[in-house]
Amino acid sequence: MSARDPLDAVVVGGGVIGLSIGWRAACSGLAVAVIDPTPGHGSTWAAAGMLGPVGEAHFGEDRLARLNVAAARQWPAFARDLEEASNRHVGYVASGTVLAAMDASDRRVIDDVLTFQTDLGLSPRRLSSRECRELEPLLSPGVVGGAEFPDDHQVDNRLIVDALLAASDRSGVTVITDEVSAVNSKDGRVTGVTLRNGGTLDSGAVVVAAGCWSGGLGGLPHQVIPPVRPVKGLTLRVRASKGTPVLTRIVRGLVHGKSCYLVPREDGTVVIGATMEEKGFDLTVQVGSVHGLLRDARAVIPAIDEYELIETTTGLRPGSPDNAPLIGRTSMGGLFMATGHYRNGILLAPVTADAVVSMLDGKGVSDVIGSFGPDRFDSQQVGPPSRPEGVGT
Amino acid sequence: MTETLDGHFVIAGETIPSRLILGTGGMSSPEAFAEALSASGASIATVAVRRVDPTTRHSLIDLLGEHGIRVLPNTAGCFTASEAVLTAKLAREAFDTDWVKLEVIGDDRTLLPDPVELLDAAEELVDEGFVVLPYTNDDPIVARRLEQLGCAAVMPLGSPIGSGLGIRNAHNIALIVEQAGVPVILDAGIGTASDACVAMELGCDAVLVASAITRAHHPAEMAAALRDAVNAGHRARSAGRIPRRLYAEASSPFDGMIEG
Repeated sequence: MSARDPLDAVVVGGGVIGLSIGWRAACSGLAVAVIDPTPGHGSTWAAAGMLGPVGEAHFGEDRLARLNVAAARQWPAFARDLEEASNRHVGYVASGTVLAAMDASDRRVIDDVLTFQTDLGLSPRRLSSRECRELEPLLSPGVVGGAEFPDDHQVDNRLIVDALLAASDRSGVTVITDEVSAVNSKDGRVTGVTLRNGGTLDSGAVVVAAGCWSGGLGGLPHQVIPPVRPVKGLTLRVRASKGTPVLTRIVRGLVHGKSCYLVPREDGTVVIGATMEEKGFDLTVQVGSVHGLLRDARAVIPAIDEYELIETTTGLRPGSPDNAPLIGRTSMGGLFMATGHYRNGILLAPVTADAVVSMLDGKGVSDVIGSFGPDRFDSQQVGPPSRPEGVGT
Repeated sequence: MTETLDGHFVIAGETIPSRLILGTGGMSSPEAFAEALSASGASIATVAVRRVDPTTRHSLIDLLGEHGIRVLPNTAGCFTASEAVLTAKLAREAFDTDWVKLEVIGDDRTLLPDPVELLDAAEELVDEGFVVLPYTNDDPIVARRLEQLGCAAVMPLGSPIGSGLGIRNAHNIALIVEQAGVPVILDAGIGTASDACVAMELGCDAVLVASAITRAHHPAEMAAALRDAVNAGHRARSAGRIPRRLYAEASSPFDGMIEG
């Protein structure tokens, strides 16, 4: 094992969150290892890479919407830094998004949400049917209006994985393809982790970024186990063949009350998503789920009929009780959480990584992220909040 | 009348303390649903057997358990009697209950019940010892047939699932109530509090609500409003409304007044 000894931090989980934390921590001079049996190949791989703070702003989730907006603003710089550090292209495209309603009821739902989003200070633009189709000529003539989210962009989540792995390598992060079976601790402070293969790693700080598996990690006292659950999502990948027209921007559809999206990549691939299935740790691709996505996607963009279906992928989003992430210190010394990112893992990776690295350095975090501490779900909170702590304390 | 404020009713010999039953489809987050659950005062919630895994930690099932809510499994997503019967049997294993809300849907655009398949499935499940609560059309004859087959309640729709159109055929609901010897639970179509109130005024024993709460801007507020509405409708029904008249009838009679 080539891990520097002793490590400043071990990151449990190498999805977009864990890999981003590892890379950013190494950039700030920390000795760090990221451990994952299949780095970058969980929900990060299944995702579509939408950076959609406006399109993802829902009733009752004002705080999360504000975090998402802050996160989206960090993406251009994060993408630039990552491309430089990795010498890879990450496919950040500022294409904007158009949302299309397929019947009058869908349009009323959209209008309702637009009012909420505008009240939040976001900038959606209401569109007529004709305006929708001017923005994206491939939209079905049956579209009855919708909205534009000019600030909702995309990045290629799979290129991000390649780039993060390359950048990690170049910056001295040790990426270990194994599974953490337990977090080790002594006198209420973490001392490292035990790996499935039996080895251990010593570290004064452990960051749990294991997505929906974060709750099943061994060695965690009951009160710090994060309340995350798996929410299955299915995405399809289709490809324009020669001579078939291509989408120019991200398209979201509301089709008789059901949501879908189509995200066009630079290489002609289109990612279609996504289902929301509460079926536990199950990755089955169900016939009905594929049918439902294709039925709705082709209602919005009829041209995809001519596309080639190249892939069906499922992933498990880490859902939390309020749909927002758990980022921050826990009541166990040296243990940090960076999980529960649910539908917004790609979007929130830069802001999460910066916050965690700041905490590892013993510094504070901004107010916009400070309210997403894992302790907000503690049912019996007693005493003052734990003092700031970091690697050096 | 010695009933408590919210009243109670009885299904298959068991007392159900709340006349508002929640459906769990469409919840935006577990936290929002938990708040709505508390505000609703409900004691039963339906869960789609095909759409949940009862063993997952921090899932909907956990949440219902924490709130002391009884799980009523439903067969949502079934299009044939045979699928529905199988799903009910899976539910009996998974949730350790003989109770099932039976749904057999005719198509996925309207989500209207298929009465032919529904009657077949109900008959088979009653024979198998289930306590069957069938989701049915607002058809008094089908409702009667379901009761004759041995169903423990009937659950007619007000309007299609998730439509929020309220009660489209109040007269049929009244006919179903008038003839029923088992509880009548209005299921589907509730859009807001007044719809639930009307259902109770028509004499329904309870109301089942899902989308009207889970998709409201403020789910907990809507849940509290529905609780009040169900209670108000139930009390109004018990109080006995005045007949509708074509012409006015002065509330202070002129008869016997001293002429000036």
